[in-house]
Amino acid sequence: MYEIVSKRNFSENVVQFVVKAPLIARSRRPGHFVIVRTGKEGERIPLTISDADVEKGTITLVVQAIGESTRDICRLDAGDCLTDVVGPLGRATHIEKVGTVVCCGGGVGVAPLLPIIKAMKAAGNRVVSVLAARTRDLIILEDEVRRSSDELVIMTDDGSYGDKGLVTDGVEAVIKREPVQQVVTIGPAVMMKFVSKLTEKYDIPTVASLNTIMVDGTGMCGACRVTVGGKTRFVCVDGPEFDAHQVDFDEMIMRLRAYN
Amino acid sequence: MDERYTMASRDAEWRSKLRQEMTPVQRRAIPRVKMNELPADYRITNNEEVNCGLSEAQALQESTRCLDCPDPQCVQGCPVGIDIPGFIKNIQRGDISMAAAVLRQTSALPAVCGRVCPQERQCESRCIYNKMKLPSVAIGYLERFAADHALAQGDGPVQEKPLSKNIKIAVVGSGPCGLSFAGEMVRRGYGVTVFEALHEIGGVLKYGIPEFRLPNSVVEAEIDSLRKAGVEFYTDIVIGKTLSYDDLLNQGFKAMFVASGAGLPRFMGIPGENLSGVMSSNEYLTRINLMNAGRGGKTPVATGSRVAVIGGGNTAMDSVRTARRMGATDAMIIYRRSKDEMPARVEEVHHAEEEGVQFLTLHNPVEYIGDENGRVRAMRLQKMVLGEPDESGRRSPVPVDGDIVEVPVDVVIVSVGVSPNPLIPDSIDGLDVSRRGTIVVDESMRSSMPLIYAGGDIVRGGATVILAMGDGRKAAAAMDERLSAEQLN
Repeated sequence: MYEIVSKRNFSENVVQFVVKAPLIARSRRPGHFVIVRTGKEGERIPLTISDADVEKGTITLVVQAIGESTRDICRLDAGDCLTDVVGPLGRATHIEKVGTVVCCGGGVGVAPLLPIIKAMKAAGNRVVSVLAARTRDLIILEDEVRRSSDELVIMTDDGSYGDKGLVTDGVEAVIKREPVQQVVTIGPAVMMKFVSKLTEKYDIPTVASLNTIMVDGTGMCGACRVTVGGKTRFVCVDGPEFDAHQVDFDEMIMRLRAYN
Repeated sequence: MDERYTMASRDAEWRSKLRQEMTPVQRRAIPRVKMNELPADYRITNNEEVNCGLSEAQALQESTRCLDCPDPQCVQGCPVGIDIPGFIKNIQRGDISMAAAVLRQTSALPAVCGRVCPQERQCESRCIYNKMKLPSVAIGYLERFAADHALAQGDGPVQEKPLSKNIKIAVVGSGPCGLSFAGEMVRRGYGVTVFEALHEIGGVLKYGIPEFRLPNSVVEAEIDSLRKAGVEFYTDIVIGKTLSYDDLLNQGFKAMFVASGAGLPRFMGIPGENLSGVMSSNEYLTRINLMNAGRGGKTPVATGSRVAVIGGGNTAMDSVRTARRMGATDAMIIYRRSKDEMPARVEEVHHAEEEGVQFLTLHNPVEYIGDENGRVRAMRLQKMVLGEPDESGRRSPVPVDGDIVEVPVDVVIVSVGVSPNPLIPDSIDGLDVSRRGTIVVDESMRSSMPLIYAGGDIVRGGATVILAMGDGRKAAAAMDERLSAEQLN
């Protein structure tokens, strides 16, 4: 059992948990994810790790309530326990000094983006972060991202905060303004698809972190398979990050709807 | 003196007496016992174990059939060399606990093997009765009988030297190979800790083989007996991720045994294979067996009235019979060769037929067709004929030019094999890995790293429960020998 140390509500459906998981806290790197299960009949849910504290032995997870199982998790409070937390899974982000890196995140994708922003910055890159959401209330981790980035651009669909427009508008403005060596994108599949299309036009290497359906998360079931560069790859062991320009996002979006 | 010798020596007085009680002619006249089974129309409505086991009277009669050959070939046919006449004759004399103890000498999980081993290709295929054109002794049924009896009595593995060695050994994976290794090592006095990535212990015995063939209660009982013997189990730990090999060494583990099993499912690489509703047998069975999908668990699973399973192995049979129980009216096996070449156990094929599974043999999928939502709705099957035998000795399937049929389908389960799990090979520098991704080991199951041994599917790529268990046993003997020699130096 894995104790929830603290809980913070970002919005009605988005919750941040700090969870006691010392072994994972110690071994996780940016880009890693965990599988979480709650209750005897609970589903195994992949969640990305947004932060960790090795001293306290905790990891930070951000959960969006989108189905029965994620709602069950979001209902838990500090002091409650998650039945299972296993990880860190997947391959860590490749961190390297390349120059200017644009990190763009949408929705809860900002949570796994945060450790990548920090690591990219620590490696000596200039980091421009672009956060996007439908409306102001759905922007999460703004302060944390601002502190870790050289510059923060906020985009909202309705213009209630930052600039009005889509994430791609914000990213394109940066690309037009200054040379960008790399883009990292994490968020809804459709968002990553359009960021990828944009950066392909400008020929900028782009990494997307995919959050597909998984069961075991350890390379056994194949539920998470995606087509990358025409080949079937497994997000849980080959990913979760791939060259965005090679990912078949349309197929991925279709597969995400398998159980809707 | 070898303990086995005292438990079941062929020269023992009781055993000579049993042989003299009846002539071979009289024994041969006894018909082979029939396994008690649930009726097919009942069993497709639930998940209960199909084979009900033998009664004591049935087991006694069947054990009497065994001629107690002076040079028993059945033992040669067993991958772990179980003293088959020894345990059978103990059943006949009424000492069932001793029969189970004989089994335990060579098999860590006899109640599992009695259920899932392909005996008709192993021990039973070598039985002397085959030469007389008579059905072999039902060795598998008798094994299950003795093992179940022992589990009901709470008899576990005998721990000869409890933790006497003060040496800690780590085991990666709690499937049949890891459990068998753990049992062998704890028996030898080692401190054994098993690390499992999933949230339940048992590996393929839990997530793969369905309840109707191997009840979880049987697996649990076997695990409990290992626990009582001193084996420690940890779930939710992925070695190579949560803890590295170096972490284990730092925690005082002296050596490691890798039994991380099969991993990535294979697909055929044909168009439409990534449509919704097309999945691997690993995914389908894991959702249902491990996650309890469709039976109270919160994990969803695709269902439909027309379910096609691609492949002819045991996993394919497990999948198609599961589909039937999940409500499919048309549950189909699609196999590119004929029924004779199917690698599945005869009993599984027979049970599937009884349960109304359709066999589209000599058919091979070439494409899946989706609807507007990207959900599979049909498959295109290439008709095949059998040609010349290939390197496996089986006649190879050859496509019939232009003969393709389209068959409507709601769910497709691809069961054409697996590749080894990549997590361990990827995480240990200096570990020799083959091009196929298997860990390379020598004849003692030792890897290129002196203190890492490996066995089961991570070494073989894909095998049976009994071969995996045999590896665990062999590795334990070799590791023990090596560590003991080191201690003396």
